[in-house]
Amino acid sequence: MELVKVHMTVNGEPVELDVKPYARLLDVLREDLALTGTKEGCGVGECGACTVLVDGENVNSCLVLASSMEGKSIVTVEGISSDESLHPIQQAFLDHHALQCGFCTPGLVMSVKALLDKDPAPSREAIKTAISGNLCRCTGYQQVIEAAEDAARAMRGEE
Amino acid sequence: MSLYGSKKFEVINKSVPRIDGEDKVTGRAIYAADIVIPRMLYSGVLRSGRAHARVVKIDTSKAKAIRGVHAVVTADDMPKPDAWSGYAYLTNHIRHAGDCVAMVAAESRELVDDALDAIEVEYEDLPVMSSVEQAFAEGAPKIHDENDQADNRYMPSCFKLRKGNVEDGFAEADVVLEREYSTQHQEHGYIEPEAAVAVQNPADGQMTVYASAQNPFFTRRYVADIIQAPMNEVRIFQQNIGGSFGGKEESIGLVAARAAYLCKVTKRPVKMVFTREELMMESVKRHPYTLKCKIGIKKDGTITALQNDIYVDAGAYNNQAQYVNWKACAHSSGAYSIPNVKTDITGVYTNNIMGGAFRGFGNPQVLFALEQLIEEAAEAIGMEPLDVRRRNCVEDGKTNGVGQVLEHVILKEIIDYSAEKTDYVKKHEAYKHQTGIKRKGIGMVSMMRGCGTGCETPDASGAMITVMEDGSILINSGLAENGQGLKTAYAQIAAEALSVPYESIRFFGTDTHSIPDSGMTVASRGTTMGAQSMRKAGLELREILLENAAEIMGVEKDAVDLKNGIFFLKADPSVTRTMKDICGISIWSGHQMGHYSWYKPPKDLYSDHATGQGKVWPQYAYGVIIAEVEVDTETGYVDVKKLTCSHDLGTVINPALAVGQICGGALQGMGYGTTEDIKYDKKGVMKTINFDKYIIPTAMDIPEFDVNLFECDTDQGTFGAKSIGEPSLDGIAAAIANAVYNATGKRVRHNPCSMEQVLLGKELD
Repeated sequence: MELVKVHMTVNGEPVELDVKPYARLLDVLREDLALTGTKEGCGVGECGACTVLVDGENVNSCLVLASSMEGKSIVTVEGISSDESLHPIQQAFLDHHALQCGFCTPGLVMSVKALLDKDPAPSREAIKTAISGNLCRCTGYQQVIEAAEDAARAMRGEE
Repeated sequence: MSLYGSKKFEVINKSVPRIDGEDKVTGRAIYAADIVIPRMLYSGVLRSGRAHARVVKIDTSKAKAIRGVHAVVTADDMPKPDAWSGYAYLTNHIRHAGDCVAMVAAESRELVDDALDAIEVEYEDLPVMSSVEQAFAEGAPKIHDENDQADNRYMPSCFKLRKGNVEDGFAEADVVLEREYSTQHQEHGYIEPEAAVAVQNPADGQMTVYASAQNPFFTRRYVADIIQAPMNEVRIFQQNIGGSFGGKEESIGLVAARAAYLCKVTKRPVKMVFTREELMMESVKRHPYTLKCKIGIKKDGTITALQNDIYVDAGAYNNQAQYVNWKACAHSSGAYSIPNVKTDITGVYTNNIMGGAFRGFGNPQVLFALEQLIEEAAEAIGMEPLDVRRRNCVEDGKTNGVGQVLEHVILKEIIDYSAEKTDYVKKHEAYKHQTGIKRKGIGMVSMMRGCGTGCETPDASGAMITVMEDGSILINSGLAENGQGLKTAYAQIAAEALSVPYESIRFFGTDTHSIPDSGMTVASRGTTMGAQSMRKAGLELREILLENAAEIMGVEKDAVDLKNGIFFLKADPSVTRTMKDICGISIWSGHQMGHYSWYKPPKDLYSDHATGQGKVWPQYAYGVIIAEVEVDTETGYVDVKKLTCSHDLGTVINPALAVGQICGGALQGMGYGTTEDIKYDKKGVMKTINFDKYIIPTAMDIPEFDVNLFECDTDQGTFGAKSIGEPSLDGIAAAIANAVYNATGKRVRHNPCSMEQVLLGKELD
């Protein structure tokens, strides 16, 4: 089988990889790059646990071929915080108990990030829409929405 | 008023941050599927895709010949292992479409697929019994050859409740109503599919399995069984678990065991991860119930008798029907003190997916019937259902269905509070007279639930606390984090008992080699009962640490106290020692710095098998759900607008965790009551095997939640805590059905209130 060479930026670092033509971005992130914060829950783009940002857009990485990522910039949950400090969205999830089992959490965090990067002051409905592709079975979404609102305030510099 | 907020504690009763929160929001938390071990093989199973069949011939030679395939195993290769509850790791008698006939291990996932494709199987199809009606018939083909019943009944799942005399009760009634209700399979819908990685130490033979296990000690049974090893050679390391809700018990046992067997025969680490489709096909579901109910009521609203005949689709293996049915039977008269109750419950094998443990454990089904029946009876005598509930609900000194005299009952207060807050009576009356396409409805449920396992199994547990020389503290328990926040709650409880800061405590995942089995993390027992041992260990270790401190400080033990991690002299609180001071000196100097303690539940609990009567639970949690909906009468679409969830938690350990449990459980209950339904094709093979066809609520579907936390005086439960995991879900579907009736005048007696049921009164294929 002929491998496909792909150049992309992952969490700010340039990456060059030889990938199987049918490899999903999800597989390459988790297995080749050991970025296991991105999860697989359904494999058909319904649950959103594999959500990452591709050139700023949130996508289901289980539906994207890695070989199509040539020249793209990918951000995963590992790419938004440092060892020393959490991203305001992550801090807000923590403060609002917007997680339980945590399996869907990275995907939700990335969908909220995609929203807030474009819309710093989203309405509650806009937040719901933005995370509607991320299934969470534990929280009932209530605390997630409150966390997103709080994160938006924090990112705007409000208390 | 018993709303949360009047109790006084140092650490519990407060919304401290989750102990595992930072790991989870950063994606650093490791789940079983994330684990990679050098030389690890991948693995998979071959499912028959037939609901009832026998393997006539199976040829694995082509699969074995593929380069990179290291093991191809069939049922014939492992005659001895016998999984719990008659389950099959692999089988030649296929009893449901998720049953597996072979498994393989290979160098890559692609090779696993190639090998599975290369296995040739010849089947003989057998008659498929896809309903209780088909299976529960004299002379029906046997789903289990060894079952001595001629009608596929599973006798250990049959129970009776007998209180008073229902015939006398019906004779006293002014109105007697008979109704039939039924409920469907529900999938847990945890987002993380089952995953396990098995690795065997080549020197000492120890088999370690990293697994997404709800109950690691239960998973250990499967692994020890399949590799036919003593349990002390099997180590289950629970990883972060991506939701469970009762689901990751048997299915993860099978996954962990299969991986371990393949690991043993290949002498390589083996990973097995279910796809969503596989878990839908092989993990248990909520049992479907058919409930034939009869109620007698007087014109003044007094319920005189209740009778339930309940038939349960246990599925292909009788997974936990014996426990679920017992609990359903014990709760079959709900939160009412009815003098005459008769319930019979019967579980039957079918060729459907197995029922099993699922948050609620029989109660959601019972409430779906009972709470509608109460309203139908109220309507028949022309009384507001709220008044019937208030007139008959349990109170101090009255008995529930199992004949237990109750105390500290705050149900009526919760009913009144919730009704007033929602303006229930006014809305309930006004909504009856609507016209137009979109109509509003409001529906109520009142309920109670025994806290913990009660008489089902003794609610005992053990916990260990170790203090390090630097003053940091490690806790460990035989119960396990499932995402619900057990580690956080236990750390708070340990901190409260020890009088130390919450932040000084860590709790890592459960390792079966590190602590004895404390029974399953089930039945909403983790906080109310399972943590009793953590509290006890904390209180006892506190005394030991005070002795250490007194000796080191040169005073009598009574002269020293401990608060917030600081030791001080009672006579002169300015003389202090930190935990680090005391522990740093205590180490290697003969002082005890750790403690394991075992908690035994109250001994006076009992349940009479013939009648179901007794003192069955140490205490009960009470609650009220009020659902407000808007129904589109042209499409049948039910939009749940608001859920008012009022729960008696005894003592709230962590309000933010409690609210999370309640909202999450309520939304899972809303899915159960509106869209979630497992469907089969005409051959009995499941069709709804991913989230594109099995529809669970998204953020767009959520109602407004109004969560009301009540506390009460009780001398039971850890620091007075009750259960909340299951009460959060129990009554939701029933409340929605009552609200739909209020909006439309149509009774939906078959759950869920799907568009078809609401519009047409039946399910379409």
